Amino acid sequence: MPDLLLELFSEEIPARMQAQAADALRKLVTDALVERGLMYEGAKAFVTPRRLALAVHGLPGRQADSKEERKGPRVGAPEAAIQGFLKSTGLASIEQAEVVKDAKKGEFYVALIERPGKATTEVIADIMPDIIRTFPWPKSMRWGTGTMRWVRPLHSIVCTFGTDIEDPEVIRFEIEGIVSGDVTRGHRFLAPEAFPVRRLEDWLAKLEAAKVVADRDRRKAIILNDAKDLALANGLELVEDEGLLEEVCGLVEWPVTLMGSFEERFLDIPDEVIRATIRANQKCFVLRDPRTGRLANRFILVSNIAATDGGKAIVAGNERVIRARLSDAKFFWDTDRRTPMADRLGKFDNITFHEKLGAQGARIGRIVTLAQEIAPLVGADAALAGEAARLAKADLLTEVVGEFPELQGLMGRYYAQHENLPPEVAAASEEHYKPQGPSDRVPSAPVSIAVALADKIDTLVGFWAIDEKPTGSKDPYALRRAALGVIRIILDNELRLPLRPLLVSAARQILGEEHYEHNPHDALGVESFADRLVGEIIKGLTRRLAHVPRGEESTAAAGAERIEGATLSGDLAADLLSFFADRLKVHLRERGARHDLVDAVFALEGQDDLLLVVRRVEALADFLGTEDGRTLLAGYRRAVNILRIEEKKDGVAYKGPAEAKLLKEAAEEHLAAAIETVKHQVSEEVKHEHFAAAMGALSHLRGPVDAFFDAVIVNAPEAPLRANRLKLLDEIRSATRGIADFDRIEG
Amino acid sequence: MIDPALLPHMRPDRSFQGLLLTLQTFWANQGCVVLQPYDMEVGAGTFHPATTLRALGPKHWKAAYAQPSRRPKDGRYGENPNRLQHYYQFQVILKPSPANLQDLYLQSLDAIGIDTKLHDVRFVEDDWESPTLGAWGLGWECWCDGMEVSQFTYFQQVAGFECAPVAGELTYGLERLAMYVQGVENVYDLNFNGREGAEKVTYGDVFLQAEKEYSRHNFEHADTDMLLEQFRMAEAACAKYLAAGEDGERHLMAQPAYDQCIKASHVFNLLDARGVISVTERQSYILRVRELAKACGAAWLKTEAGGGAAA
Repeated sequence: MPDLLLELFSEEIPARMQAQAADALRKLVTDALVERGLMYEGAKAFVTPRRLALAVHGLPGRQADSKEERKGPRVGAPEAAIQGFLKSTGLASIEQAEVVKDAKKGEFYVALIERPGKATTEVIADIMPDIIRTFPWPKSMRWGTGTMRWVRPLHSIVCTFGTDIEDPEVIRFEIEGIVSGDVTRGHRFLAPEAFPVRRLEDWLAKLEAAKVVADRDRRKAIILNDAKDLALANGLELVEDEGLLEEVCGLVEWPVTLMGSFEERFLDIPDEVIRATIRANQKCFVLRDPRTGRLANRFILVSNIAATDGGKAIVAGNERVIRARLSDAKFFWDTDRRTPMADRLGKFDNITFHEKLGAQGARIGRIVTLAQEIAPLVGADAALAGEAARLAKADLLTEVVGEFPELQGLMGRYYAQHENLPPEVAAASEEHYKPQGPSDRVPSAPVSIAVALADKIDTLVGFWAIDEKPTGSKDPYALRRAALGVIRIILDNELRLPLRPLLVSAARQILGEEHYEHNPHDALGVESFADRLVGEIIKGLTRRLAHVPRGEESTAAAGAERIEGATLSGDLAADLLSFFADRLKVHLRERGARHDLVDAVFALEGQDDLLLVVRRVEALADFLGTEDGRTLLAGYRRAVNILRIEEKKDGVAYKGPAEAKLLKEAAEEHLAAAIETVKHQVSEEVKHEHFAAAMGALSHLRGPVDAFFDAVIVNAPEAPLRANRLKLLDEIRSATRGIADFDRIEG
Repeated sequence: MIDPALLPHMRPDRSFQGLLLTLQTFWANQGCVVLQPYDMEVGAGTFHPATTLRALGPKHWKAAYAQPSRRPKDGRYGENPNRLQHYYQFQVILKPSPANLQDLYLQSLDAIGIDTKLHDVRFVEDDWESPTLGAWGLGWECWCDGMEVSQFTYFQQVAGFECAPVAGELTYGLERLAMYVQGVENVYDLNFNGREGAEKVTYGDVFLQAEKEYSRHNFEHADTDMLLEQFRMAEAACAKYLAAGEDGERHLMAQPAYDQCIKASHVFNLLDARGVISVTERQSYILRVRELAKACGAAWLKTEAGGGAAA
C-alpha cells in the first residue's frame, strides 16, 4: 500500500511550538483522510526548527466507489419538482431514474447515484491547502506581499505518494505561489543545497546525510546521551532538565554537544542563581561535582553545527557571554546583600499588587496580621510569624529576583540567612510559597505554615472580594492552586483549623474601613455584591425598625451598617468555603476518596474544619464498607422514601420525636429506645471527634431498624399511629445527621 | 568573508566605524537608500520615520541607517562593561520583505567576518512589540555563539495598522557585534577608528565621559517639572499639527506631528528613569504616546509617501 510524505519547509519555527505543531499536523491530515474514507495503517510526524513533516503509511490508492439511492417525487409530480430532482441527483433525464411502487404512496422515482472514488492523490491535493491555511499555530504571521499566514515564512512543500516498489508520484497543489514538489534542503549551514526526495526512508536518509536529524525524539536522545557522556568523561554529573532539553532540541537540526567553563570565583553565587542564569539566558546545561554535590564551573552547550575548528570558537564565544552574565548575577547577589531586607519594605507602598486590591505594602500588612492570628492555632510563635510574614516578600525587590522571578522565596531565604535572621524567618521566606504544584513539598514548620496560610487566604479572599474568581479553564491568579495549597497544608500537617473565622477576618481587613471611605462603590467590586447586600440591608432595617421605637432610626442605620459589614464578609466566606469544598473533593478524589461522601459531610452545617471533614469522610467510607453500614444505609433509604412519599401526600413535614404513649408494637418501642441511645452516643462521640466510634454507635440502629420494617406497618389505618410512626422514621434521619447527610451518598 | 581589499583600519573586526561602514556598504549594494540618523532623540532605530512611517502603506521601500538610541534607564555611570544609555543600532528595513531576507542577513554577517561554518548562528524566537508605537511583529533574536547580535522582525502592525505588504526589519546592536568581532570584553575598550598606538581612539575616548554625564542627568538632575511640561506640550502640539494638516482625503503634515510623538516618547523615558512615574501612571503615559503614534500613522496613510494620496 502506498505512503504519503509531506514536508513543510519554513524559516525557524519557535521551539516551544514544535511538538504541538507536529501533533496537530498528524491529526489534521489523518482526520481529513479518514473523513473521506481513506483509512491508514500508521502516521508519524516530524519536526525540526525548519520543517514540519508527516508520513502516513499504508493508504489505499483511491477511495471506494459509492452508491446511493435517492428517493424522488412521485410519478406525475409537477415539472418543477422533477427538474429539482434531476438537478440535485445529476441525472440527465427522468428516464434514467427508476420507478418504484409503494403500496401506500403509489409510484415514485428513485435515482441511483454512483460516485466513483477519487484517487487518494487527488483527495490529498484537495485537503492540503485548507489545512495549511487554517493551521492552528498559537501565533502566525504574514510576510512579503502575501496574505497567507504561517508561523514564519513558508518556503517550500514536499508532497509525494507511492509504494516502495515504484517511483512515488508528486502530489501537486499550490498555495500562495508555492507549488508542492519533491525538493527539500539540508542543514542551513552544513548542507544548504536543494535535493529531491522520494519517500520517508529516502527523506530521512538524505536529510541525515545533509546534517539534519528529523526525528525530534532522536535529537533529544542524542543531546541527552552526549551531554551525559561529556559530563562523565570530566568526572561530573549532568543536572538534567527536561524543560531545557525540550527547548534545546527545538533549536538545532544537527546537535553537537560541547563543554565550556567559567571562573571558579563565580561559584560564590548560589547554585540556583548560576543555573537560572545559564539556563534562561544561554540555554545551556549546568553540571554537578559529585564530590561536593555543588555545581561545577562547567556548562554544556548544544550547538547547531559541527564547526570547522571542532567548536573552539563556539565554546569561547559562549564562555564569554556566560562570564558576562555571571558577572551581572554576582553583582546582583553582592548588591542585594548590602541592603537589609527590612530596609526595602517601604517601597512596597508604591507597588500595586492589583489595581483593585491596592498596594503590595497594604497586602503585606494584612498577611502579617493574619499570620499572627493563625500562629497560635498552628503552634507557632505569633511574633515570629508576624516578622516572617513582614519579610517574606522582601526579596521581590532584590536584583536577583528581578532578573529571575522563579527564584523568589529561595533568595529571601539566602538573604535572611546572610542577615542572621531567625532560621524560622529564613525558612518561611522560601516555604510560604509552597506547595506550588501537586508534587511540591508542603511546609511543615509552624511559622512557615502560618505565613503560607495567611498569604494564600489573603490572596483568595482578595480576589473573591473583587469578583475575580476562576471560571472554567481560566484561573489567571492561580486561585485553585492557592486553595489546594491551603487544603494540603492543613491535611498533611493534621491541623485543626476552622477556616470560616480566618476567611472572615481576612475579608474584614480587605474590605476595611479605609477602603470604604475612599472607594465606597467601585474599587472593591462591591457592586457585584450590591444586589444581595441591598436585600440584606433592607431586611435588616425592617427587622430592626420593627423593634426599635420611633425617633431612634439613627441607631437603626448604624445597625444596618454593621449588618452590611457582617454580611459582605460572611457571604464571601460562605462562597469561598464552598470553593474549598470543591477543591477538597478534587483533592480527595485524586486520592481515591468518594466525592459523594465529601458532599454528604459538607452538607452538614458549619463544616469549615477540613481535617474533621476528612476524618468524617474516612470513617463514613469505612462504615459503608461493612455489612452493618450497607444494611443501615438501605434501612435509612427505606425510611426516607416512605417519609418523602407520605409527606408529599399529606403536605406536612413529620418531625420527631415520636410520642411514647403511641408506640404500640414492641419493635416500635425498641427502635425508639435505640434511637434515643444512639443519638446520644453519636453526639458524644462526635463531640470527642471519635468518628469511627460514632459510626459504631450508629450501627446499633441496624437491628432495630430492620426489625421495625419487618414487624410494623407504617401506614397504619389509625391516623395518630401512622403520624407517630412517620415521626419515628424522621428520628432515624436525624440520628444519622450527626454524622453526614445520608441523602447525598450514592451507589 | 571580510573584503581583503579593505585597509587594515577599515576592517570591521578592527574598527568600530569600519564595522558600521561595512554594513552600510553591504546594504547599499542590496539597493537600500543609506540614510543618516534621525536628528531627534529616540529609544530605538524603529522610531526613525524611515521605519515607523515607511512601514505603513503600500509603497515599496528599502533603507539602512545607523541610529543612536537613547535608553535613559540603562545608564550605569560608565561602570558597566555592557550597558549604555546611548548606543548605536544599525537598522535595515525592506518592504516587502524579500524571500531571501535570512540569507541576506547571513551574508551581511559574513561581510563583517562572522564565518557561519565556524560560528553557531541561530534564529531564536523573539516576538517584538512596541507598546508605545502600537506595533508588533514576529521574528527572532539572532544568536552568534550564544550572544544576541541582532533582532529580526516581520512587521505585522505599526501604529495600530496592519502592514501590507509586510516589512522585514533587521536591527544590529553595533557595540555588541563590534565587541564580538574585535574580541573585546568591555565596550569602552573597542577600537573606534581602527588605528593603533597614539592614533588609536577607543569607544571610551569618545563616549565614557558622556555616559557618566548623562547618567547623572538621567537619574539625578533631569528637570522633571520641565519634562512633565514638555510631555504635555508635545502631546498638544502633535494634536495641533495633525488637525492643521487635515486636507480632506489628504494629510499635509504627518511628519512634523510624528516628531512630537517621538519627543513625547523620549521625555517619557527620561521621566521614567527619574522615577517620578508610578506603575499605574506608567501605563497611562504609554497609552498616551500610543494614541499619538496611531494618529500620526493614520495621517501618514493619507500622504503621498503613505500611498494614500493619488497624484
